[in-house]
Amino acid sequence: MTSLSDPTPQTPVVETMPAKSPARLSPQELKLRRRARLNASIRYSLLIVVGFIMVYPLLWLIGASFKTNAEMFASPWFWPENPTIQGYIDGWTTSTPYTFATFFINSMQIVIPKVIGTAISATLVAYGFARFHFPGKRILFAILIATLLLPDVVTRIPQYLLFRELGWLDTYLPMIVPAWFAWEAFFVFMLIQFMRSIPREMEEAARVDGANTFQVLIYIVVPMLLPALVSVMLFQFMWTMNDFLGPLIYISTVEKYPISLALKLSIDATEAFNWNSILAMTVLALTPSLVVFFLAQKSFIEGISTGGTKG
Amino acid sequence: MAELQLKSVEKTYGNGYKAVHGIDLTVEEGEFMVLVGPSGCAKSTTLRMIAGLETITGGEVRIGDTVVNDLVPGKRGIAMVFQNYALYPHMKVRRNLSFGLRLKRLRKDRIERATEEVSGVLEIEALLDRLPKQLSGGQAQRVALGRALIKQPEVFLFDEPLSNLDAKLRASMRVRITDLHKRLRDEGRPATVVYVTHDQVEAMTMGDRICVMKDGHIMQIADPATLYQRPANAFVAGFIGMPEMNLNRAVLTRGDGAMLTLGTQSIALPAECAGRIHAPDGPVTLGIRPQHLDVVAPGTVGAFDATITNLEFMGHEVNLHAEAEGAGFVAVIASENFDTALARGDRVGLSPRPRNIHIFDVESGENKSLD
Ligand SMILES: Nc1ncnc2c1ncn2[C@@H]1O[C@H](COP(=O)(O)OP(=O)(O)O)[C@@H](O)[C@H]1O
Ligand SMILES: [Mg+2]
Repeated sequence: MTSLSDPTPQTPVVETMPAKSPARLSPQELKLRRRARLNASIRYSLLIVVGFIMVYPLLWLIGASFKTNAEMFASPWFWPENPTIQGYIDGWTTSTPYTFATFFINSMQIVIPKVIGTAISATLVAYGFARFHFPGKRILFAILIATLLLPDVVTRIPQYLLFRELGWLDTYLPMIVPAWFAWEAFFVFMLIQFMRSIPREMEEAARVDGANTFQVLIYIVVPMLLPALVSVMLFQFMWTMNDFLGPLIYISTVEKYPISLALKLSIDATEAFNWNSILAMTVLALTPSLVVFFLAQKSFIEGISTGGTKG
Repeated sequence: MAELQLKSVEKTYGNGYKAVHGIDLTVEEGEFMVLVGPSGCAKSTTLRMIAGLETITGGEVRIGDTVVNDLVPGKRGIAMVFQNYALYPHMKVRRNLSFGLRLKRLRKDRIERATEEVSGVLEIEALLDRLPKQLSGGQAQRVALGRALIKQPEVFLFDEPLSNLDAKLRASMRVRITDLHKRLRDEGRPATVVYVTHDQVEAMTMGDRICVMKDGHIMQIADPATLYQRPANAFVAGFIGMPEMNLNRAVLTRGDGAMLTLGTQSIALPAECAGRIHAPDGPVTLGIRPQHLDVVAPGTVGAFDATITNLEFMGHEVNLHAEAEGAGFVAVIASENFDTALARGDRVGLSPRPRNIHIFDVESGENKSLD
């Protein structure tokens, strides 16, 4: 039976909906309405349950950071019985001569230059690939994609040797400098794809208006690219904050440790782990990523993309 | 304010495709030149070469006294209006308009004055603080027009600027653009315009002269009346005019007088018509506009007998489709002259007005009936 020939009960609803007040609905209509409401409540209940399960570890982490060490593993429920901020106090002072503030600053010294460098270099390289013809473009693009597929481990040792020759060990340079040369092909690729989806007329109009290649990039392309650029910076921020292996390989002085290493440090240093101080510092370590993410979300939504060419 | 000149301009794209085959075109200072032709005939390519958005692979483009082949678009003294408006989506209308002037680092008050003047002319003052996505199609196109106007360029380039608008708006924008062109001329700063369209109505109503293109070749450059009355070839004859000109194979013979034979039927051509035909005897293409084909009683001298295949009532006129000797004809009849008793399948005579008969070469399509 097709929906066309079906003597469907929906038809009267559609016809009379705007005219009738809710108080004078026929039993038929009331039934439909109830069913719709029931469907919606089932849907939302399911979503809430699944959502809660997924977010529970994070809730537990935050709750547990206020528990005492004794209570820590006594109950899987996240709510602390005797809330205390002792974990935060112990954690902040750390078992080293430095406070956690030092490690925060260290992390920022890596993250900020790296994010800026990535944004600039990836944009430049993507602009070149997406908008210009030059000899060898195909081969270079193929190489770019190939490095995307290359596992990280393969390049670790040659890179280490290279940076050792340059005398960059125990500095942040091995982590920062590559970012200024569009080292992460993934970001370049992402921006190229986004640029390809932007019509070229705006750039052509700007050229006719007298803009040179660089001005077209700055005044026209970058603003239109902004949503993608924000994503790139966001990813780079979070990945760098969470990067453990990079600092582990290149940084040997405790004073220069970023957060990711410092957290590990507090696990190693004490025999009976102060779980609540570790968890407290983990919460603090997560905070910048969360804050940046929620700030950046706004410009995702405000995405301007291609509004200028709609008909 | 400058003359625009194209000399044997060619375009071969990177993939080896030759889109433009050596065209010559001169647009006088202050002239409104329309490039028209079917889709894919390289109108846009030609325009983009003038603008500097495509490289010129052969020949020369001059604006005023300057060969501009190797100049970037911004240095050519042109402004361009695109089909999709191409407004900068992240800038308010005000900044869209002034972008070019700001790049030139003009003084702030001068930029403001220019913005005000242009938005006054185009009636977009109320839109200045909106973003492009908050504009309707017609408003967006007016802003795009303003962005071109504000630069006071030597040459205006338009690439199908009205084809995204609905019919009504298109008609009013057409008038607005031609008015603007006349106004600039009256104010003593005539604007040279190259306007690309595939729409013959736009071409005929807007152009001082029209350049008809096909497959990267120029078929004819002439003013609208000449184009309509004296098409240089069968392509132009068929392209310009609504409904299309009837183009049918016939045979020309000259004995005592000239005769045109369609299958088994012949009509004699009067001397003044025969005199201007300089095709040799033999097969020709007979061209006659639907408006120049009179419907008469079957068997009338000087008419082809035909059978009505369809009648289209358009209100003020009727399009009569008929077939004679396997050849299809359309005749346009004013409603008040239409015999309402006529119906599909009836026999009628179709009498071409001798003054308006065109004879084209079968091979080259060249018009052989121009005196
Ligand atoms: N970038 C390009 N590369 C190769 N061929 C192209 C390119 N742009 C246009 N063409 C071809 O050139 C011809 C003319 O295109 P175009 O100038 O856009 O035609 P029009 O504007 O008259 O419709 C078309 O056959 C088109 O396929
Ligand atoms: Mg085109």
